[in-house]
Amino acid sequence: MPYPTDFRYTKEHEWIKADGKNATIGITVYAQESLGDIVFVELPKVGSEITAGKTFGTVESVKAVSDLYAPASGTVTEINGELATAPEKINKDAHSAWMLKVTLKNPSELNSLLSAADYEKFIAEEGGH
Amino acid sequence: MPAVEATTPTIRKTALNAVHRRMGAKMVEFNGWDMPVEYPSAGGIIAEHNAVRSGVGIFDVSHMGDIRLAGSDALAAVQHISMNDASRLAIGQAQYSALLYPQGSFVDDVIVHRLGEDDYLLVINAGTREKDFNWVRDNTRQFHCKVENLSDDFTQIAIQGPKGVNLLQKLTDADLSAVKFYWVTRGTVCGLKNILIARTGYTAEDGFEIYVPAEEATSAMVWNKVLEAGKELGVVPCGLGARNTLRLEGKLPLYGHEISDTINVWEAGLDRFCKMEKSEFIGRDALEKAKAGGLQRTLVGLEMVERGIARDGYKVLDESGREIGYVTSGSFAPFLKKNIALAYVPTQFSAVGSTVKVEIRGQGVRAQVVPTPFYKRPKKA
Repeated sequence: MPYPTDFRYTKEHEWIKADGKNATIGITVYAQESLGDIVFVELPKVGSEITAGKTFGTVESVKAVSDLYAPASGTVTEINGELATAPEKINKDAHSAWMLKVTLKNPSELNSLLSAADYEKFIAEEGGH
Repeated sequence: MPAVEATTPTIRKTALNAVHRRMGAKMVEFNGWDMPVEYPSAGGIIAEHNAVRSGVGIFDVSHMGDIRLAGSDALAAVQHISMNDASRLAIGQAQYSALLYPQGSFVDDVIVHRLGEDDYLLVINAGTREKDFNWVRDNTRQFHCKVENLSDDFTQIAIQGPKGVNLLQKLTDADLSAVKFYWVTRGTVCGLKNILIARTGYTAEDGFEIYVPAEEATSAMVWNKVLEAGKELGVVPCGLGARNTLRLEGKLPLYGHEISDTINVWEAGLDRFCKMEKSEFIGRDALEKAKAGGLQRTLVGLEMVERGIARDGYKVLDESGREIGYVTSGSFAPFLKKNIALAYVPTQFSAVGSTVKVEIRGQGVRAQVVPTPFYKRPKKA
């Protein structure tokens, strides 16, 4: 099972891991596989607000440009600066190559996101057709 | 519901479709064709791209179309419909050329191969197959020359990269060292007799394109033998993703991007393939007028100076933010490891070193005009 059970997932293929109000956000292994070689990541500035369901940045592979969607609302406290020069880290290990750390506005927002089991079911259906 | 089915365009497949799927290729729709965009098993676009730059990669390019013109007036017909000078071709030689509209813009770009005394093969783009064939047929009626659409007859496999010659030589009795770039020969390939072998490609590397019968089992046999023979050379299967980044680094135009029915030969910078001094050809008069009128815009190479990737269709801005042009193709360049693009801009912005901006998600991101092609293959010692 490549999808950690202590993460929550969006249907847009972001993951979020929360510890109280502090959360870490990235994209899933499935997302990086679909995108292919990732060559560019654009992230919001520290201190900016992200809103659940709204875009917070962009990830680009050689072929495609994709928006990043916030799994929950909050304030950005840290961004993974390494991804500016080494975006391929996401391809290598998407679940540890995090993008943002945020202070959540309302941690209960995570209850509406997918569990690892539900997400795996979701991508099996999405990839199956 | 037959009524609905009748209006749904069927997606076309090459004879190697099942092979690509079996190899786990990521498939996409391209100009109505179901084609591999990359092979994750080969490492994906960047690995495929760099394999072609340093070793060898193979591509299924059977979606390309083929038109044969044969008969006593074949040369005159080819001269009438294309801009390069086909009279300079020896038997077995090929040239890059284009079919033009009377206004001097592009029907398509083509490779013209002279296969025999009065026998020419035009290799054309996938998305323009029907349009091109109709155009060629309708504009050569006055000549004694048979025009045949052979597009569905061939599986076309491109074997590209500096080691392509070593790979293909293992599978053919033809002496490939005697075939120069943009020349063709025939030989036995993988046991199949009289196969057309052209030293051509769309990767800005040395390489070959072979034309084998478009029968599924035969096509699969050849594909697999090429992969097998190339194993020790590190061959990888490549998809359209790498094909696009390879041709972009080499500034090879793509129909619908750098060339189209609204762009003329001078704007596209393809002057050296357009022979105004040869006899009359469709588009010539308009090109003469266009030349006299002076060039308004031109195709330039851009390299991003600030962070960002220019993509097809993005606006090009001047320093003040005014829109001056547009990007025709743009990507991360896997071999050069830079973000590059081709764009149409007014001539006053076209000098190497000029600074412009590309609008990326509402922001003007700085780019510089650089010499093209971005990549040129090293000359052999």
